[in-house]
Amino acid sequence: MAQVKNRLTPFFENITFDREDNELVLNFGPQHPSAHGQLRLMLHLQQEQIVKAHPDVGYLHRGMEKMAENMIYNEFMPTTDRMDYIASSSNNYGFALAVEKLIGLEVPRRAKVIRMMLLEINRLMSHLFWLATTALDIGAMTVFLFAFREREYLMDIIEGYCGARLTHSAIRIGGVPLDIQDTFISQLKTFLDKLPANIKDYEDLLDTNRIWLMRMEEVGTISTEMALSWACTGPMLRASGVAWDIRKEEPYELYDEVEFKVPFSDKGDNFARYRVYMEEMRESAKILYQTIDMYDECVKNNQTELMAHSPKYISASKLDIMTQNYSLMQHFVLVTQGMRPPVGEVYVATESPKGELGFFINSQGGPYPYRLKLRAPSFWHTGILTDLLPGHYIPDVVSIIGTTNIVFGEVDR
Amino acid sequence: MAQHKVDYTKSGGLPVALTSIDKLANWGRSNSLWAMTYGLACCGIEMMAAGASRYDFDRFGTIFRASPRQSDVMIVAGTLTKKHSEFIKRLYDQMTEPRWVISMGSCANTGGMFNTYATVQGVDRIIPVDLYLPGCAPRPETLQYGVMLLQKKIRANSASKAQKPKRLM
Amino acid sequence: MRAYTPKDDVQKKSYYTDRFYVSPQVPKQEVESDEIFAADLAAIKTKFDVLDAYIQVEQMVVFIKPNDNYKVLELLKDELEYTQLSEMSAIDFLAKSNSFEIFYQMLSMNKAKRIRIKMTIENGAAVNSVEKLFRSADWAEREMFDMFGIEANGHPFMKRILMPYDWQGNPLLKTYPLQGDEFAAWYEVDKIYGKEAREEIGPEIRDTARVDRYDSDRFARLGHEVPKGTKITGDEPVVEQTYQEDGGVFLIKKFDKESSVVIDDPQR
Repeated sequence: MAQVKNRLTPFFENITFDREDNELVLNFGPQHPSAHGQLRLMLHLQQEQIVKAHPDVGYLHRGMEKMAENMIYNEFMPTTDRMDYIASSSNNYGFALAVEKLIGLEVPRRAKVIRMMLLEINRLMSHLFWLATTALDIGAMTVFLFAFREREYLMDIIEGYCGARLTHSAIRIGGVPLDIQDTFISQLKTFLDKLPANIKDYEDLLDTNRIWLMRMEEVGTISTEMALSWACTGPMLRASGVAWDIRKEEPYELYDEVEFKVPFSDKGDNFARYRVYMEEMRESAKILYQTIDMYDECVKNNQTELMAHSPKYISASKLDIMTQNYSLMQHFVLVTQGMRPPVGEVYVATESPKGELGFFINSQGGPYPYRLKLRAPSFWHTGILTDLLPGHYIPDVVSIIGTTNIVFGEVDR
Repeated sequence: MAQHKVDYTKSGGLPVALTSIDKLANWGRSNSLWAMTYGLACCGIEMMAAGASRYDFDRFGTIFRASPRQSDVMIVAGTLTKKHSEFIKRLYDQMTEPRWVISMGSCANTGGMFNTYATVQGVDRIIPVDLYLPGCAPRPETLQYGVMLLQKKIRANSASKAQKPKRLM
Repeated sequence: MRAYTPKDDVQKKSYYTDRFYVSPQVPKQEVESDEIFAADLAAIKTKFDVLDAYIQVEQMVVFIKPNDNYKVLELLKDELEYTQLSEMSAIDFLAKSNSFEIFYQMLSMNKAKRIRIKMTIENGAAVNSVEKLFRSADWAEREMFDMFGIEANGHPFMKRILMPYDWQGNPLLKTYPLQGDEFAAWYEVDKIYGKEAREEIGPEIRDTARVDRYDSDRFARLGHEVPKGTKITGDEPVVEQTYQEDGGVFLIKKFDKESSVVIDDPQR
């Protein structure tokens, strides 16, 4: 076969030099090491100052919403892993909760506790990853290596539970598939006991670091109005002065039984966001300690149920499937045809590490969702760059993108 | 005339190693594979993990570079979408010969689970690929093993002969 | 005989549905008797026509007329403290009633409640942009335009957002197949190599279960590797895969299992 010829226009032919307004148009991305994925920014510059920013997304658009319309509900679960791939379980959970609300299902307590453990471990993983990459972008290699070291501990725990490091699929509609392994609690406790010292280490490296402060303080300030108008949620909103945490305000699972604070700041700049992330890690650790106690209580009270009992929608346990004829038939129908939720709509928001992760499901009674809209927090956090970047300088772009904590799996879906 | 008792070509002789240009060049190439960070999606995170503290890619001589001009191997880690496809071609063209491509993960190999309108069904439709790593996402160990296999492949080739441009399938 | 697929909805269909199956409904509650939402609905009703209103899964759903959308959202934002537009998009009902359903998902942070404003528009009609009220609608409306082709009047930059600018078709329409149309299938080849290269590069392989053991162009069978393009006969020798050559590697010490330490505890 012959060599096929490249038809792309050479890049220098795309540049025009005859602009009269003295603006330089700079293309940033879509493949840039500090763009946290595939973000493309068209920046209009006056000297080094940005006068207009135009974020271009869609370079990781994989058609998840379309896929959902062609899949039975359980089949879509692994796809949600690939949305926010830093914290997969939170996506699994968001989708599972939405479907559970749609069919009106109550999950057993033990499954709830395990879910909360997974969610908080994922939050820690996500925040550690955020810290690592942001620090790397700004030039703090040590923090990158430290934070990844801690993240690997957590990944070991998760891997012991579900077998995967990154794409967990650890939560099912109606509960969790497995009980936690024997070493889970002890490993988690070992990690949590070390964590405060580790966070202290990061803070010692960063909090008074001149370079870190210069690139964080008074940079990328988001006012409360702007954050609300752009539908910012999560740490982005909390750093801008609104103490809104869905875990606190619209509690799901057992978040109303645990005690934790919602850290917030009214500064709104990069440094405020950094502080919020660090404090949230501490709060997550607090929640995890409490869930360990709750789990022990479940064991003591002999609550062994892990999946909700609802033969119409949820397969029976493996033991039942293997021993009882009716369960086997039900399982066969649910796997081949899929569950058929009632006709209706539901929008369920959960607090993922990045903000409000919402699933809007329109069901027409069929085994496939008629419409599934994924409300991903990062989408809006990327959008805000349009208004946030003008006025800043080129070097600030990297630190601002870093602190917005965007993940392109969920921006583009 | 005095006989030389020392066999210079054996170890224990003078610190001289005799070799061919091929071996030397391949030794250099295979042990300083500078990888281009092409983290597109989830696999990119595992690629970062491979470069970070636990798996530590630096000890293989694999250092991640952000510029295509400085890199030898492009690790395509993640889903390649149709919108992005022209850029991967552009960046591949900017890399200097000799260059290699590792396609990391199911999405890059075949499109994987994303059998949709927006996904390129395998990067080998755009650029030639040397090594396919299975998995979704492959673990960092898989990537390490893949890099070792690539080193083996590089050593097996003759370094001195003119590099033929690789063809797309 | 080929199975019949309706042209106006090419999405996957259940292959079997019981004739007597009646799907249940997600329960709806009356708004008037509800203490949280009753006042909100009354406030909307005084100024605008409300076609339907109910509470479903703890959230109020209000159907309004499509022309009122800007005014209703303004009222919600200014007077009823719904400060955030979390999400907006459309649902394709073209096959059923030749119309789209648009929804605005709003959130009130002070009172911790959510409301969904819905409206039905005809096929081909445009909506009023609410980008002036909520900046978040900027990108949401662009996404809606990209995915459904519904334009928003008064939007400052009505262009595609997720798909490339030169894309054809609106992917989330029910008439658009999951795996794309002819244009989508050849998009990257046409753009990079030109239409002439189609034959050489070949069509996309979309069958996920396809395994061709005689194909040596794409993937070799592990342990039976042959050079690219070789004709496979079936009696290829087994190749043990090791990552180092047999005689060792020039200048590199071979890994010695005996003298190495195995660490059992990764958490050490």
